[in-house]
Amino acid sequence: MTISVAMTVNGKPVSGKVEARTLLVQFLREHLGMTGTHVGCDTSQCGACVVHVDGKSVKSCTMLAVQADGANVTTIEGLASSPDKLHPMQEAFRDNHALQCGFCTPGMVMSAIDMVKRHNYQLDEATVRHELEGNLCRCTGYHNIVKAILAAAPAMKAAGV
Amino acid sequence: MTATGIGARVLRTEDKRFLTGTGRYVDDLALARATYAYFLRSPHAHAKIKSIDISAAEKMPGVVAVYTGKDVAESKVGGLICGWVVKDKHGEPHKAPPHPPMALDTVRYVGDTVAMVVANSPEEAKDAAEKIKVDYEVKPSIVDLAHALDKGAPQVHAEAPGNLVYDWEIGSKADVDAALAKAAHVTKIDIVNNRLIPNAMEPRAAAAEYDKGTGHYTLWSTSQNPHVLRLILSAFVLGIPEHKLRVIAPDVGGGFGSKIFCYADETLVCWAAAKVGRPIKWTAERSESFMTDCHGRDHVTHAELALDKDGKFLAFKVETIANMGAYLSTFSTAVPTYLYATLLAGQYTTPVIYANVKAALTNTAPVDAYRGAGRPEATFVIESIVSKAAQELKIDPAELRRKNFIPSTAFPYQTPVALQYDSGNYPPIIDEAMKIADYKGFAARRSEAKARGKLRGIGFSSYIEACGLAPSQVIGQLGGGVGQWESAQIKFNPTGNVQILTGAHSHGQSHETTFAQIVSDKLGVPLENIEVVHGDTATTPFGMGSYGSRSLAVGGSAIMKAADKIIAKGKKIAAHLMEASVNDVVFENGTFKVAGTDKSVPLAQTVFAAYVPHNYPLAELEPGMDENAFYDPANFVYPAGTQICEVEVDPDTGVVEIVNFTAVDDFGNIINPMIVEGQVHGGIVQGVGQALLEKAVYDSDTGQLLSGSFMDYAVPRADDVPSFKLGYKVTPCPHNPLGVKGCGEAGAIAAPAAVMNAVHDALAPLGVTHVPMPATPMNVWRTIHGA
Amino acid sequence: MYDFAYHRPKSLADAVSALKGKDEARPMAGGMTLIPTLKQRLAKPSDVIDLGAIKDLAGVKVEGSNVVIGAMTRHFDVASSADVKRMIPALAELAGMIGDPAVRNRGTIGGSIANSDPAADYPAAVVALNATITTNTGKHAADGFFKGLFETALKDGELITSVSFPKPDKAAYMKFRNPASRYAMVGVFVAKTGNTVRVAVTGAGPSVFRVKAMEDALSKNFTSAAIKDIKVPADDLNSDIHGSAEYRAHLVGVMARRAVDAANK
Repeated sequence: MTISVAMTVNGKPVSGKVEARTLLVQFLREHLGMTGTHVGCDTSQCGACVVHVDGKSVKSCTMLAVQADGANVTTIEGLASSPDKLHPMQEAFRDNHALQCGFCTPGMVMSAIDMVKRHNYQLDEATVRHELEGNLCRCTGYHNIVKAILAAAPAMKAAGV
Repeated sequence: MTATGIGARVLRTEDKRFLTGTGRYVDDLALARATYAYFLRSPHAHAKIKSIDISAAEKMPGVVAVYTGKDVAESKVGGLICGWVVKDKHGEPHKAPPHPPMALDTVRYVGDTVAMVVANSPEEAKDAAEKIKVDYEVKPSIVDLAHALDKGAPQVHAEAPGNLVYDWEIGSKADVDAALAKAAHVTKIDIVNNRLIPNAMEPRAAAAEYDKGTGHYTLWSTSQNPHVLRLILSAFVLGIPEHKLRVIAPDVGGGFGSKIFCYADETLVCWAAAKVGRPIKWTAERSESFMTDCHGRDHVTHAELALDKDGKFLAFKVETIANMGAYLSTFSTAVPTYLYATLLAGQYTTPVIYANVKAALTNTAPVDAYRGAGRPEATFVIESIVSKAAQELKIDPAELRRKNFIPSTAFPYQTPVALQYDSGNYPPIIDEAMKIADYKGFAARRSEAKARGKLRGIGFSSYIEACGLAPSQVIGQLGGGVGQWESAQIKFNPTGNVQILTGAHSHGQSHETTFAQIVSDKLGVPLENIEVVHGDTATTPFGMGSYGSRSLAVGGSAIMKAADKIIAKGKKIAAHLMEASVNDVVFENGTFKVAGTDKSVPLAQTVFAAYVPHNYPLAELEPGMDENAFYDPANFVYPAGTQICEVEVDPDTGVVEIVNFTAVDDFGNIINPMIVEGQVHGGIVQGVGQALLEKAVYDSDTGQLLSGSFMDYAVPRADDVPSFKLGYKVTPCPHNPLGVKGCGEAGAIAAPAAVMNAVHDALAPLGVTHVPMPATPMNVWRTIHGA
Repeated sequence: MYDFAYHRPKSLADAVSALKGKDEARPMAGGMTLIPTLKQRLAKPSDVIDLGAIKDLAGVKVEGSNVVIGAMTRHFDVASSADVKRMIPALAELAGMIGDPAVRNRGTIGGSIANSDPAADYPAAVVALNATITTNTGKHAADGFFKGLFETALKDGELITSVSFPKPDKAAYMKFRNPASRYAMVGVFVAKTGNTVRVAVTGAGPSVFRVKAMEDALSKNFTSAAIKDIKVPADDLNSDIHGSAEYRAHLVGVMARRAVDAANK
């Protein structure tokens, strides 16, 4: 079944024709060519595909593209306000060496931003570790990811994002 | 030290693209007119293929082609190879059963490739694959390693009777047996090193394109070593001449060994691209990765350590059965022999050591190198038995280790198992680790935990590893099929910026930053003017790729050699420009100077002169500033360290929590401490994963992979581990120009023993002496209740 | 995933009529189980009826001493609802333990209950709190609703609209996670209302079940000591590579005692 979808991705209106079975992540990667959002598993656990749909973190491999019809979607490509101005969470990941191969990174960053906002910019290590339950990383051992998120929380507050 | 040079905590060059979603992994590639491959996998552990009917599949919408093993065989595609010939104890080469990329008449593990569908979309390829009818005659299978060599066990390959690939040994059995017979004390252990599934976060992927006009193939692959992959495909499997095959490994999302090997999937994608005349893409689903990526570890071991009455080690005997899986993967045979048994001296002066290793075939996925490759298995045997001996002799585990450490004055130290350790100083490492871990305060922490109903334990693991496999001649004598050098090219552009072309490959290790730091430091070029190029056989010099913690020790050394050539040439140009004698020219901070004068010429000026040779010694010197180097090391490098793990066990549930983890390492000189720390953190967590969470399980009746997804295979999550405390001691490597060792695998090598020793220590008050690894809640609970 | 016809009704009535007469149609709430199932090609529905646009199926309200949660209320919204936290904090905590944050942003109570996954959390709360499940055709009592593995009392075409949880005096949920999937390997919900105690176990068996012996002991003496010698038979419990039936049976006891202690805090 072919269906027309239209949504806003990173502030820009986009549309396309998809099959009912097309996942949101497939729409982003294959239809829009936005390959920053990754697919690392087929059981909805690794979190490499996390994006924000209407401001909330969602696993884009576990949502149909048609379910996002009319929604406001933000992906890793939409975070930096300009090529030289990274989002505070992106900055914190870089400053704290919170990424190695980079594959889990987009989902980690998107989950981390959602986490910081839900906790009103107040986090401790145990909370961060628990909140990362849906994101797997095989390179960093999480140590520096946790550090980065803790550092980003006040930076996001200060930047008003 | 400069702000961006060797030793500086420089932020990574590669981060920006990864943080903004602009990294380019194989699956991200947009290829015009692309088709998509889907592989039909065997649902049986062992079966004869009586017939395959592809007629219905061929008629499915969007299908471009369907291939079976017969098509592949008729195309004269060679088998996948094992690149290391291990000779058994009688000097006979190992049994080498054929490994067709697509099964011809027999499937030998769940996941073995049976057919390939190429279609206009991945979903259409999968839809069509469901229409392929395969008539299997299911045969008995063997997945249990401990019984793979039993009489009457199902035969995996006719070419390897009794499933035995080799029966190999090292050391003197007679000497070891004699020492064991008269020792004051003998500690014995029986352990299983659990089978692991590497699970790099990026699933394996391949894409291939064939240019009919030139006969050129381009293969994009998630490879750790694109040149070696090309060599294997060209010389052994596909027969495409090397100069007609370009292999590109772009951004690769982790490897940990699993992306070293030449797999059936990429082979077939490349082969079929010419047949269908359109590009083909393939990306593994995670469940395919679980089934078909090479697995790691999987040993069954009995070991005995002889000690005198004071706790001095007298002899060590190890008998291991190592699982090879259903086929011999690229480097599988070397892992439990030259990368395992040669490490069994550990950090200790044990005078005689004997190891016997039997490699067995089973109806499981092939087993090959995974982060550490042999060395974690060796460390686990050594450090488990040392801690057990300490417990039996009631000696403090740190004290027993210290008593047996190779003294710093003994280096270079020849072990009884072939290796010669080049450098090291072990006692200060364990001292530092104990200080950081507050070993003295442990007893108080243990009582405090007890009051809360928790059992607290502490465990040591003092590891040695040999990495940066070398030298090539020795590797050749031991049966290795490739050289073990690395290449580098330093290419200045006329405007003074630099490209470093390396044969190593970065898939998370940060070469783009570290290698640039070396050149920045050595040549005084600002970091932003340096770019590291890797992963493309068309642009980089032939190199061996990245595995075995070799990139910096071997690849970095090649870069140093190339930089020396740049300086030597620059000196001659500068001498000419300054009208001085070459012998009087010195190079400091990026500038050539005439000693004792104020004459100087910056390197950039010599570069410009080399490209615009208007005022240039053309009679003696070629124009251009572009030097390459190949570096073949004199020896392995030998990082060493001690980890101390502290756990709390909940006796009611069996849950083990890591409450403290300290690692002190000697990696020689460090180029970028930030990056090294990251490697250690990641390594530790993979080791913790092995110790507490991860285990590949096949059903012993059906041969099905029961741990076939993240639903059943537990990869560590953030809340499974704590933050880590790290420390360093430095004894520079004496034989490479950077004085560096390797850091990529250390964490994973040492951690399983550290964690398990801590668990055993915690449970010792209950009389427990052995918990099977991984120490999952159920295993711990069962052990407590069986104790 | 096999393709299917997709429907996104705006009202319950439209959803019911979209399902009518289609044997192979499947309603989809949050999709957190259905989509992974479809991805693995373990189901091949002709039609998927997405309930996500039916606005009045979502939300939490308080009716007397009951908390009524709309079927399409996301786990995150239950976990963060001031009403749920005030009336039945254990229920809010349970919702906050399901899956991970991204899953909680999509998954719904109705979907979880209708699916009756043996390792789902909500069924334990429904049974222990003696909730009432309202559907488009009527009401179901908690007891008897969960019939077995992925099996409930819902008839074809019957859709959950809300779940009403009576406020207990004390309650707590303790979950022992499967180390890999993080689903409940054993989850025990204990609720005390007046002199009635209900103990519901999820994860351990083919479907949620009550432990009568514990309930009897706890209604006399609501302390963990009262149930310390009560053993749950392992006979009918699940067994897999992470937990044998014996281990699960043991964990039921441990988690039940911990839940009682937590409820008493």
